[in-house]
Amino acid sequence: MTPADPISNPARMDRRDAIKWMMTAAASAALLDRDAFGATPADPKNAKGYGTDPDVVKVYKPGDVWPLTLTSAQRATAAALCDVIIPADAKGPSASTVNVPDFIDEWISAPYPGHDDDRKVVLAGLTWIDQEAQKRFGNDFVNLIGRQKAAICDDICFVPKAKPEFRAAAQFFTRYRNLTAGGYYTTPEGMKDIGFTGNVAIEKFEGPPPEVLKKLGLV
Amino acid sequence: MPLITSSKTQPSYDVIVVGSGAAGGQTAYTCAMNGAKVLMLEAGRNYDPVAETPMFQTNAQAPLGGTSTPDKPFGFHDATIDGGWQVPGEPYTSASDDPARKFWWWRARMLGGRTNHWGRISLRNGQYDFKPKSRDGLGFDWPIDYKDVAPYYDKVEMLVGVYGTAEGLENTPDSPPGVLQPAPAMRAGEQYARARGKKLGLPVVSIHRAVLSMKQDAVGIPPKLHPNNPKAQRILAESMRARQACFWATPCGRGCSIKANYQSTTVHLPPALATGNLDIVPNAMAREVTTDASGKATGVIYIDKTTGQENTVKGKVIVLAASSAESVRIMLNSKSARFPNGIANSSGKVGKYIMDTVGASLQGHIPALENLPLHNEDGAGGGHTYVPWWLYKEQLAGKLGFARGYHVEFESGRRMPNLGTGAGLEALTNGSYGRQFKEDARRYYGSMIGFAGRGDMIPNDDSFCDLDPTVKDKWGIPVLRFHWKWSEHETRQAKHMQDTFASLIEAMGGTVRAKPQADGAKAIEPGGKIIHEVGGTIMGADPKTSVTNQWCQTWDVKNLFVTDGGPFCSNADKNPTLTIMALAWRASDYLLDEMKKGNL
Repeated sequence: MTPADPISNPARMDRRDAIKWMMTAAASAALLDRDAFGATPADPKNAKGYGTDPDVVKVYKPGDVWPLTLTSAQRATAAALCDVIIPADAKGPSASTVNVPDFIDEWISAPYPGHDDDRKVVLAGLTWIDQEAQKRFGNDFVNLIGRQKAAICDDICFVPKAKPEFRAAAQFFTRYRNLTAGGYYTTPEGMKDIGFTGNVAIEKFEGPPPEVLKKLGLV
Repeated sequence: MPLITSSKTQPSYDVIVVGSGAAGGQTAYTCAMNGAKVLMLEAGRNYDPVAETPMFQTNAQAPLGGTSTPDKPFGFHDATIDGGWQVPGEPYTSASDDPARKFWWWRARMLGGRTNHWGRISLRNGQYDFKPKSRDGLGFDWPIDYKDVAPYYDKVEMLVGVYGTAEGLENTPDSPPGVLQPAPAMRAGEQYARARGKKLGLPVVSIHRAVLSMKQDAVGIPPKLHPNNPKAQRILAESMRARQACFWATPCGRGCSIKANYQSTTVHLPPALATGNLDIVPNAMAREVTTDASGKATGVIYIDKTTGQENTVKGKVIVLAASSAESVRIMLNSKSARFPNGIANSSGKVGKYIMDTVGASLQGHIPALENLPLHNEDGAGGGHTYVPWWLYKEQLAGKLGFARGYHVEFESGRRMPNLGTGAGLEALTNGSYGRQFKEDARRYYGSMIGFAGRGDMIPNDDSFCDLDPTVKDKWGIPVLRFHWKWSEHETRQAKHMQDTFASLIEAMGGTVRAKPQADGAKAIEPGGKIIHEVGGTIMGADPKTSVTNQWCQTWDVKNLFVTDGGPFCSNADKNPTLTIMALAWRASDYLLDEMKKGNL
């Protein structure tokens, strides 16, 4: 057996890009991150994991095992971006209404290896996207209208087609979209949205129904 | 479960079993059901699958969406407790810094051990697998043949409950009629692979797994397993009635509170305890086997992890079933004037010829599986399908460049979403987001298929373990040091796996998700990663070149047995657990008989 670890090997930005980008983002972070003044966010480095013998039957929510660390401003940006990626439609709600920003906060606040890298990428990305919103439209990302948000996201949604100046942001967006999707599709609403109909006890497993076999040319 | 603490042990037992997994569970079951007084020592804590299994919990109900972490390497809801490739406070070392020369040692510190989380794949070794050297000149022949083990495969399959079909394929033994349970229908992707794999000559057939697809026959089976033993029959019948058939939901790796799949804690230990002949001490970390002046084993010294105290228990027969490497460790640490290199090690072979299974995998995207009508594909909580090795003749003719085969396991279907769901689709979606992304996620959900090869490894002189000269664990016990090397037979096989998977994905009209690895040394998983650790106390016909005889009895100490994977002298592509149980049952029958005759 090998462990299911679907997103531990994301397309990482190369180190030089990442450092350059984060330093730029960090330089103006204080100006944008108003909650940072006077607030001392919990440091994930001091947090503990759930250990090798957690209660696995219990139902957990983000923040139950280690503290969440996003400031309210970061959280607002995170939620806005989640909903650009997964808005409500006829088949399911938006990502923020099923607490995906909490999941992302839990993820980037987790004390396990790799999460600190994601934390750097996500925090820098949220800072960048607010900066970019200010630069283009004179407002925070959360306050932009749909067309304006799309104008930014269109530039960063696909790494191979992103212009060089957007490459690092596009790598952030890719990671953020994966996290948003994972957070969303594991919720009951997300599972229904994507068409998962299992996790229920049934009397007999009969395999695919006739319409599936027909579509596959197997009848 | 009724368990005891160190202070409640009896002055002496007929049999002391170290370990509670597939080997320890089967050994204790067979001995206790036949009236022997048994003490089982388990290094981990007690574990109750009925109360502790997360059966319908969703990933969102777990921290981090249930994904794997160093604390829970197979994900939050996986059954493993205090286990993994690293166990805090219980290190092991590697003789080499080269990643290719490292062995990953998995342990689970809990009652039932690895049987609580394993994949339940239960394949019989075939005739060739017991006589590999006779066939291709490599490795070792076993001192037994398929026909020696076949009756025990029958018994174990009836006891634990295994689903599967009879296919009449080469070196892929069928079970006699009435032994297996009905196989579940194949999922859409599995059926599609079967249809499209035909032109490649791939036999896509139902896999065998230790899951009840129906209630066991609690009237018919017990008399077959325990003839002339009414008490054992009655206890087993009760135990079988307490198990439910699979309700086709929740992954088996979490364990099973309705006891539909096999784990030692639901199948072996409850009836063994019901006999009144079994005591279990959990949190008992075995350190060494004690001996008397005549060289007979007399008992086991263990550390009670709850108190840190050292305890000694006495037994007429000692059975090591601690996992092959852990049993090696106990033997090497059992030093005395008579056994300066560790107990039962006059051959110098204790720790030699450790093996794992060759592993490599590849994923593909299959457009035909996109946008299928919604349907429930949970099934038996694991694969329904596999491809047994199919190129025996080509291999024997020397056409493949490697000597041993592999089988192919499947990962397909509309499984319960996890953190990978909807992730990594950029190449297919051009980076869509918003409503288009939601459409894309629905479209591609269930259209990915993964193939994993599981192949035979030939024992070699470079793969072994010994005691680290300096490092000790937190109980003060010297730890194992691993030495590892794949041969070209394994790396070339891994390359062949990659080519097969790519061809099959192509035959299904799909595209590979990553380029197939052309270098087998890069395609192959590290040793130990597949968790099919066997060897180290190999059986043989000659005391000079093997550690045990065909009964898993050590040559040097006749009342010391090793019933885990240690006595394996080859590691066929077939997953080892079923064979471990069959050999443990066979060894236990022999042990009981010898004890009755006064030979031990």
